[in-house]
Amino acid sequence: MKSLQVSNVSLIFGGIHALSNINLAIQSGQITSIIGPNGAGKTSLLNCISGFYHPTRGNIQLDDHDLTHASPHQVSKWGIARAFQNLELFSNMTVLENLLLARHKNLKYNIFQALLYFGKAARVEAENRQFVEEIIDFMELEPYRKKIVGNLGYGIQKRVEVARALTLAPDILLLDEPIAGMNVEEKEDIVRFIIDIKQELKTTIVLVEHDLGVVMDISDHIYVLDFGELIGDGPPDEIASNPKVIQAYIGDEL
Amino acid sequence: MKSDQNPLLNYTIPQLLRWRVQHSGDKVAIREKDYGRWICFTWNDYYDFVRKCALGLKELLLKTKDTIAIIGDNIPELLFISIGAQSIGAISSALYQTSLPEEIAAIINYMDVKIVFCDDQEQVDKLIAVRAQIPGVRKVIYEDSRGMRSYQSDDWFMHIDALYKLGETAHQKNSELFDQLINSGKPDDVCHLCLTSGTTGLPKGTMMTHRNYINMGIQITTVDPLAETDEYVSFLPFAWIGEQMNSFGVAMATGITINFPESVETAMEDLKEIGPHFMFGAPRIYENIRAQIWLKIDESYWLNRFLYRFFSRVGNRAATYNMSGQKMPLFLKLGNWIGKSILFRPLINQIGLLRLRRAYTGGAALGPELFTFYQALGVNLKQIYGQTEITGIAYMHRDGDIRPDTVGKPLPGTECKISEEGEILSRSPSVSPGYYKLPDETNKLIKNGWLHSGDAGYIDDSGHLIIIDRMSDVMQTGRNEMFSPMFLENKLKFSPYIKEAVIFGNQQDYLAALINIDPIIMGKWAEDNQISYTTYMDLSGKPEVATLIKNEIETFNKHIDKKYYFIKRFAILYKLLDVDDGELTKTGKIRRKFVMEKYQDLYKSLYDETIQSKKVMAKFNYQDGQVSEIETDIIFYTMKSS
Repeated sequence: MKSLQVSNVSLIFGGIHALSNINLAIQSGQITSIIGPNGAGKTSLLNCISGFYHPTRGNIQLDDHDLTHASPHQVSKWGIARAFQNLELFSNMTVLENLLLARHKNLKYNIFQALLYFGKAARVEAENRQFVEEIIDFMELEPYRKKIVGNLGYGIQKRVEVARALTLAPDILLLDEPIAGMNVEEKEDIVRFIIDIKQELKTTIVLVEHDLGVVMDISDHIYVLDFGELIGDGPPDEIASNPKVIQAYIGDEL
Repeated sequence: MKSDQNPLLNYTIPQLLRWRVQHSGDKVAIREKDYGRWICFTWNDYYDFVRKCALGLKELLLKTKDTIAIIGDNIPELLFISIGAQSIGAISSALYQTSLPEEIAAIINYMDVKIVFCDDQEQVDKLIAVRAQIPGVRKVIYEDSRGMRSYQSDDWFMHIDALYKLGETAHQKNSELFDQLINSGKPDDVCHLCLTSGTTGLPKGTMMTHRNYINMGIQITTVDPLAETDEYVSFLPFAWIGEQMNSFGVAMATGITINFPESVETAMEDLKEIGPHFMFGAPRIYENIRAQIWLKIDESYWLNRFLYRFFSRVGNRAATYNMSGQKMPLFLKLGNWIGKSILFRPLINQIGLLRLRRAYTGGAALGPELFTFYQALGVNLKQIYGQTEITGIAYMHRDGDIRPDTVGKPLPGTECKISEEGEILSRSPSVSPGYYKLPDETNKLIKNGWLHSGDAGYIDDSGHLIIIDRMSDVMQTGRNEMFSPMFLENKLKFSPYIKEAVIFGNQQDYLAALINIDPIIMGKWAEDNQISYTTYMDLSGKPEVATLIKNEIETFNKHIDKKYYFIKRFAILYKLLDVDDGELTKTGKIRRKFVMEKYQDLYKSLYDETIQSKKVMAKFNYQDGQVSEIETDIIFYTMKSS
């Protein structure tokens, strides 16, 4: 089990302080949520963790690995996977192809074996398919296995997005607004999946989400950002009664 | 009885399973799609799993005549555990997956269930909700452990692997035991309780014996033979007799392979991969498949659409010859052959029905145009008729003798007659011994060995049975002539313009009808004929619409079987009958009493021939609770008898 430590991270774009002096400790095996109004810096923070941005100051540490200046592919190799807010799937490929492709880092065989589909190549491909099928089973995507992603409903595409992150068998899963734009039924489904990912796969989850009802229900720990600053953290009931948080969300009374 | 004719009739289901193992142990008996692959179980594997379940259940102190309940989607484990229970003389039963917790608790208590098998958390959670109400349940066995990590500390729950282990250990201690247990079974023992929907209150548990199922499997296949190499896809609910008939009866009697789809949602896709040789289904399944085909054709390019239209006309004509077993004219035969080769065979291959030799529909009436549709495509769709209490089938169509308005002839070994009251009675080795713990109901069901179906019907000149209605829904005219309003309404509804019809005539001199026009089809017709209208009420009141409906009723009157079926007067109702207004039941059946009371004015006017038209206040209830009243004229039309 790995724990993720974000220490004094600041992210500055010219004159804009997207993040200033953020400290997070992500406990392994828990659901940690990051909430805050629009533009608070939630996605920027995820981008820093997953290696898309590098913090201007501060340090991000995953056990022995220093993520501060790591590139996205290194971060994924060390066990952090991410599902994006705006779907980043290959929409002209099938669900199965999308998921298999995500595991290409595990395909270690040489060009001759690949050409002849022989020995290690055949074995590794079969193992890969087995692994992907387990994820399909887990995310209940069987009916869509061979469907083109672009033709699927939005709720299903979101599920595929999460499934793709899971094919990397991550220790830590970053979910960027997995519930946004869903109807009530799809929402219930995906929340069930998130809880199952935590309990069954023992994956640590970092959740960025606007739906406070869901966040309060399923989180073990919550961090609240506002204008790039951390204005509070704690278990859900504590956050719900934190005056600073209420003010950030509702604003000052007139 | 002729029960000794076929040696298989002297076996119980577990004994027959053992017989299969001895004869073709390495042949695939069951296939299940899992993780995207078809996983095979041979008869040997099947038998091993049944043995593990049987001895495991015995270790859990399940005794002879004890009941276990099964709730879950179709997976091979349903068969392993139910036949496992039957092997030790216990009784299996299956509940619908959609049952609510309270309902499950009531059924479990009624059937004295000791052990429950659930496929996943969804079903287990229902039992948890009613745990306090079901003290008799000692164990809950589950298959898919997803989401149930926290339940493992509670020993009320048990994973099926643990049951297998128990069974395996017991087998190692005494390897003779299982054989001995199987040997002690008798073919006339009750092996399964099949739920039948009670119209009121709790469902009844119909006691089924080994012989009931095996006889059914043998008799169907004497009419429509099946080979060991044939495939069947299991997608009907296991709680329904139709599925048990196949998995307990047909599969054991013939040795076909049963295929389990990956999930309920993928059943139709998986069907395509298997290409079954026969299938059973409720009418809705066939309606859905037709809709799929129409959609595919609609999305296709112009040449395909043109060919489809052309050849379906040819196919429809050929189908009428095929269904009646007549010889086709050479020219039609050639046209039909070309149509099948270039269009219909590739088309039904897309759905997975290419290898299908026979498709059966039962459970409810199917529109006659659907029979012709499938026969035209080359799918041999046939009607069956029966009830749970006779293991599903009493009557069925024979190849080359398919008539959309009948349910065919009796199965071999089934005696059938019509009682003086017009009720359909049957007698066969597949008739259940009765209802579990309900002697009064059983006495009503079976008198002198004859099963009383509760359905009214008659046998026509060629020996085909025609179903009229439930006995309780049949009415009598003032001259004591029997008629079924629903039967006539359904005939009337063959007209595309008539959405709903209510036929009156109980204790009256003649029949009369209230008609609901179909807003979409009639609306299209009005548009095409340049008749402008605003609302449904407005359209209903148009004289042109009335003329059209009058013609439709004239056609109906021309084709009636009995003279007194003549509809003498009718009126067009200003609103659609609706569930929310209490005029229809949730399943779309007319609530006659309510409708008659609500439209009493209209009813009285229908039976007063002096009234030509009447002003009524149309009342509309809106969803937000508002009520508005509009005055409208209703015109009554009298039909001239020819």
